Amino acid sequence: MRDREARPRGRIVATTVIGLLIALVATACGAGGGGNSGSQTITLAAVDNPQMADLKKLVGDFQSAHSDITVKIVTLPEDQLRQQVTQDVATNSGRYDLFTIGTYEVPLWAKKGWIENLSPYIAKDSSYDESDIIPGIHKALSYNGNLYAVPFYGESSMLMYRKDMLSAKGITMPDHPTWDQVAAAAKAVNSSSVNGICLRGLPGWGEQLAPLDTVVNTFGGRWFDEHWNAQLTTPAWKDAVTFYINLLKSAGEPGAGNAGFTECLNAYNNGKVAMWYDATVGASNFTGTAASNSGYAFAPTKLKDWSGWLWAWSLGMPSSSKKKDAAWTFADWATSKDYIKLVGSKLGWAHVPPGTRTSTYSLSEYQQAAGGFAQVTVDSIAHADVTHPTVDPVPYIGIQYVDIDEFQQLGDQVSQEFAKVIAGGQSVDQALQKAQALAAAVGKKYGGGG
Amino acid sequence: MTDASVARRDAWVRRLPLLPAFIYVFLVTQIPFVLTIYYSLFSWNLLEPGSFRFAGLSNYAELVTDESIRIAVWNTVLLTLAVISISVVIGLGVAMLLNSEVFGKGLMRTLMIAPFLIMPTAGALIWKDTLLNPLFGLLPYLLSPFGLGRVDWVNQFPMVSVVTVEVWRWTPFMMLIILAGLQSQNPEVLEAARVDGANAFQAFRRITLPLVRPFIELGALLGSLFVVQTYDSIFMLTYGGPGQDTTNIPFLLYLVAFQGFSIGQASAIGVVAVIITTVVATFALRTLFSIFQIEARR
Repeated sequence: MRDREARPRGRIVATTVIGLLIALVATACGAGGGGNSGSQTITLAAVDNPQMADLKKLVGDFQSAHSDITVKIVTLPEDQLRQQVTQDVATNSGRYDLFTIGTYEVPLWAKKGWIENLSPYIAKDSSYDESDIIPGIHKALSYNGNLYAVPFYGESSMLMYRKDMLSAKGITMPDHPTWDQVAAAAKAVNSSSVNGICLRGLPGWGEQLAPLDTVVNTFGGRWFDEHWNAQLTTPAWKDAVTFYINLLKSAGEPGAGNAGFTECLNAYNNGKVAMWYDATVGASNFTGTAASNSGYAFAPTKLKDWSGWLWAWSLGMPSSSKKKDAAWTFADWATSKDYIKLVGSKLGWAHVPPGTRTSTYSLSEYQQAAGGFAQVTVDSIAHADVTHPTVDPVPYIGIQYVDIDEFQQLGDQVSQEFAKVIAGGQSVDQALQKAQALAAAVGKKYGGGG
Repeated sequence: MTDASVARRDAWVRRLPLLPAFIYVFLVTQIPFVLTIYYSLFSWNLLEPGSFRFAGLSNYAELVTDESIRIAVWNTVLLTLAVISISVVIGLGVAMLLNSEVFGKGLMRTLMIAPFLIMPTAGALIWKDTLLNPLFGLLPYLLSPFGLGRVDWVNQFPMVSVVTVEVWRWTPFMMLIILAGLQSQNPEVLEAARVDGANAFQAFRRITLPLVRPFIELGALLGSLFVVQTYDSIFMLTYGGPGQDTTNIPFLLYLVAFQGFSIGQASAIGVVAVIITTVVATFALRTLFSIFQIEARR
């Protein structure tokens, strides 16, 4: 009797031990990961783009010069980076010592004290040459006159077009075209095999809304008036959105609702569209005929000159970082003039991160590699003014966005409504009515009426 | 020692090995849930430092008045009903086919299961870019002789597209469960029916269907538990759009939590989603047990 009982009990004990072990291992895995501090390891959360991939390749050069600092780079796609980094700074967790943030985040986060003022750090390095940073970018990354992030890559928007396709129809594109000229050209070259123009239709404040906002701005529209009253049902908005969507429907790419930067780049590179209005960086990805036969014009306009947008991926330092000096040493190196020369000599001049420093554009090697679009890029960036984006005055900063916390969600929702218009699901008026309601709710928080 | 205390001790001896696992599961599921309820009572937006204030039930009150949540609930119901009913019908048909003696049955079964094994994100991406894309897609290419060559399926028929992808994914699941039911059928019963003069439809309607009915119910309820949570394919295919046409509850939750960073509001949506799922799960489990009871009675 006793013997028979002993056996199952032994088994029970064994299973209990195994169960406990599994539980322990599981908790150990959960608790693990917090490495020991003290060593100078800095963590950079970087956006996944070609320029950052190049930085990753060259980190060895930095480390051989600074043997006491190890740099860990975490690369994430844009939307995930934004989520991770926002959570990190908002909860003050100090997971990162540096991150790439855009012109959208810098003033907002500087105001909240989430990121460090970099001007005192820059002042310590006499060779950094702050005045070399392209003025438009410098302004966009500043808060109260101080630089809160250093630019790693900058862009504006421009019109790219196939010279051969346009000249076949006897069209010459001026350097500063109007939207009416562009629409006429698009309709003239549009055929069953080649579409006139590619414009982003993919929902998202950083996708469709970026080019569309620049159209709205130059058509005389604005998101809010000086008192934060939403302005989306004004004639300027209606004209701009109707123009954009009609142009897409009459001479744009098919499946416009899914077309973002990448899709348009593919269509243009494969000769499926004759023109493309998008980021200046688009041109550096051209291959074959698209590379050899393209012309570049400034962002098309209607009422307002210089309608190109402005964006810069920049290195910012969270206030929660505990290794600020080491982090700055790296940020200094990665955004210096020497880094640009290092990229040029090691990886090729076409790899140089564009749009940050005026001096880049006086390097003869770069001018040769960047070809026709270098001057358009630097001039567009220099003239883009985030503080005066519209015809009428506005209470916000930002060209292709409104620099308030709520804009990510507002912009996404509004662009979804426009996508529904593109798909034929509703009229421009219906979309703008909904957009107006969404924007008015946001404006209220800043003191606007209904 | 009394009998009762012996019995109690025996019960604990039996429970003891389960305890570590039970405690672990309890910790990782219930603590987050309690925290979610806690957060749902606060107005907390990550982007507004100092916004962590007790707000009572105002997050829930907002859910009642907010139009977007109503649209999301409706989309969730529509998506779940459509996906489950269509995949059950197709799954039943395929299961019947695979249960009969056809050539290459093993290969066909393996091929049929494949969609369920492909990662949802990858599957949705393949649908969007290689099948439905109006420029390069296979479907527009095949349909071009009928004048449907440049239809932008994902944007013009967003819900149809999402339902199609989900049906493609869930049909194998339904098929497997129903096939298991069919294979437990005694062929002699069908033979007897034939001898009695029943035609194929009558045999199916009167004998096969009642037999597999609990399996269909089980598949439908387990399936709806998962389909209610559909997120991957919506993220990849439509991103909830155009407009709000394909935003379901999980996707709305994602938007509120990670685009708006409204932790309080998102937690409230999460709690509501858990309640809805629990209701569905209760029905699912009840069906599951009723099947076991039928099995036990045999």
